[in-house]
Amino acid sequence: DTSLAEVNSFSPSVPISPSSMINQYKFEDGPELRDLFITVDDPESHITAIETFITYRVVTKTTRGEFDSSEYEVRRRYQDFLWLKSKLEEAHPTLIIPPLPEKFIMKGMVERFSDEFIETRRKALHKFLNRIADHPTLTFNEDFKIFLTAQAWELSSHKKQGPGLLSRMGQTVRAVASSVRGAVKNRPEMFTEMNNYMETFSQKINLLDRIAHRIYKEERDYFNEMKEYGPIHTLWSASEEDIADSLKGIASCIDRCCKATEKRMAGLSEHLLPILHEYVLYSEILMAVLKRRDQIQGELDSKVDALANKKTEKDLFSEEIGKLEDKVERANNALKADWDRWKQNMQWDMRSSFTNVAENNLRYYEE
Amino acid sequence: MEDCLAKKMEITVSEAEKRTGRNAMNIQETYTAYLIETRAVESQSEGQCAPVDSLWRRYSEFELLRNYLSVTYPHIVVPPLPEKRADFVWHKLSADNMDPDFVERRRIGLENFLLRVASHPVLCQDKIFYAFLTQEAGWKEMVNETGFQLKADSRLKALNATFRVKNPDKRFTELKHYSDELQSVISHLLRVRARVADRLYGVYKVHGNYGRVFSEWSAIEKEMGDGLQSAGHHMDVYAASIDDILEEEEHYADQLKEYLFYAEALRAVCRKHELMQYDLEMAAQDLTSKKQQCEELATGTVRTFSLKGMTSKLFGQETPEQREAKIKVLEEQIQEGEEQLKSKNLEGRDFVKSAWADIERFKEQKNHDLKEALISYAVMQISMCKKGIQVWTNAKECFSKM
Repeated sequence: DTSLAEVNSFSPSVPISPSSMINQYKFEDGPELRDLFITVDDPESHITAIETFITYRVVTKTTRGEFDSSEYEVRRRYQDFLWLKSKLEEAHPTLIIPPLPEKFIMKGMVERFSDEFIETRRKALHKFLNRIADHPTLTFNEDFKIFLTAQAWELSSHKKQGPGLLSRMGQTVRAVASSVRGAVKNRPEMFTEMNNYMETFSQKINLLDRIAHRIYKEERDYFNEMKEYGPIHTLWSASEEDIADSLKGIASCIDRCCKATEKRMAGLSEHLLPILHEYVLYSEILMAVLKRRDQIQGELDSKVDALANKKTEKDLFSEEIGKLEDKVERANNALKADWDRWKQNMQWDMRSSFTNVAENNLRYYEE
Repeated sequence: MEDCLAKKMEITVSEAEKRTGRNAMNIQETYTAYLIETRAVESQSEGQCAPVDSLWRRYSEFELLRNYLSVTYPHIVVPPLPEKRADFVWHKLSADNMDPDFVERRRIGLENFLLRVASHPVLCQDKIFYAFLTQEAGWKEMVNETGFQLKADSRLKALNATFRVKNPDKRFTELKHYSDELQSVISHLLRVRARVADRLYGVYKVHGNYGRVFSEWSAIEKEMGDGLQSAGHHMDVYAASIDDILEEEEHYADQLKEYLFYAEALRAVCRKHELMQYDLEMAAQDLTSKKQQCEELATGTVRTFSLKGMTSKLFGQETPEQREAKIKVLEEQIQEGEEQLKSKNLEGRDFVKSAWADIERFKEQKNHDLKEALISYAVMQISMCKKGIQVWTNAKECFSKM
């Protein structure tokens, strides 16, 4: 069935329109090799005695053997996504876990449940899951599988297992403590370069995000003034005879320009703005990942220092140090590989987004 | 049109200069003087260049000229002057009279005014106008000597006439409505256009920020660097292009403004007609009442209440001699009145005829000029879009190489 619906199709057998799918994620090994398709749609609001919240429908289609079925449909709320993200971070501290949309937006005073807010969040959640599905390591994560397939009660019982809140807090405290101990001194050159890069990148991407929003705002203001401009010519044509047709012609051209401006604005808000925002969040994530790597190395370094001071109990320490050295090496390799992958994706995303902006502008001027 | 001055003489306002001097109240002031250059056309066909005459005039002298023409030719739609102060400005334009862009646009407007007067079949023959172009010294005195200020109708009188006239020519009433509508719609259009220009300026200029950030970002990128850098350059070009685009649009705005001010000139002719018509109606009314008085005195019947009638009833009738004297006076007045009415009627009809002829001429000119202005506006917009296409095609290429 190739009759494709608009972007917000709610029919279970039809994914979100293919053009937006292609725009939104790059097929790592080519589309033919993809075996996991996920869509996030159909926001629904739930009202209980304690709270009101939104759930989203998550539909998964797969040909993978390890899945019992080829199709799943579950409902998830934002909290569930948060849980998934923290489990992935726990399991893979030096992998780049994709960003989640923010909890709420402070500026702009957007009503928490406004349609615009829900739609933006839905698109970002869709992106989040698909980026995980594309990731060579994360896509096979067990919690990810449970997230996609478990019914609501199954998921909540699964959530209750595993390290509790207290132990996770303990981890955080240890991490902060080790970072304070100056984990930076033995950092390999490569990661210092990454750090420097991320500092500049983060600055620039934030600027670009602000510039793009500013352009959107200016275009919207321009559109609002243009809306008034066309009708004046029509009004004038009513008092004229000879030039009435010319005036009416100009009025209709101005109206067409208005429509073209609307399209251009829509292009910005659908493609460029979400990507820039995602990479703003990514830059925060990457700084955090680099810090975690530093912490892991910090653990090793402090143990090595301790060994240098205490000449006794060498053997005990050696084994521990050996384990830590492995850990550091694994972490470094994981990060290095993921970094390369992330950079490639970033390049692709930027190229396609800005090319899209250029195309939108071309279409605007042509119209 | 064959005889009009514009064909015989080249007229330009070629320069503008800042001057300081003492004004009528002996206070130091700064003003701008404009250089008017004229040259006879005929001798150019022989390959020789006729000598150029030139003189300097300031805006207030142009105003004096125009006032003189409006009063002396009330049946003509007199071309308007460019605005005294900058109006309908969008944020980048200065509202300062000394701003060089404003002075430049005013120079063009003044030249346009002179050319319009010189190509008008009636106005171009005026001696004062010719002297304005050719005689620097003593021109002001010359104008004042014509005593035109005395002929000017008072504002109050004109306003009074507008409200009280009973039978104006329908065509003039319609024309007045038209000129009101024209004025209101053009000023609304100019206001919105200024706001649109402001917003458009904003859209273009913010893109310039892309240029700066792309350039800084390209410093840390290896593969993306070149694409980013060159794309940034195109964003800078895009942002800079709006300045020329909007400057061209200012000329379009000036063309519309001229007709905004022409609407006022149209209204002036209508007002003159109303004044004349009112005058006529008052004279006719006066004549009728005098005739009635005469009849009453002659027949002794009082049809209308009058204080005189009451007093004569109370204090006794007048003598027959007194009555005769009164009747004689009235009859003289009636005769005068009838002659005056006749000539006023004639004047009125002549006015309507010549005014309407000029109004038809004006309508054709207006339709032609406005159509051309609208076409040139459309052409401007197309050219702006073509520039946009070029920039974004280049930018797209750079992006795709990232």
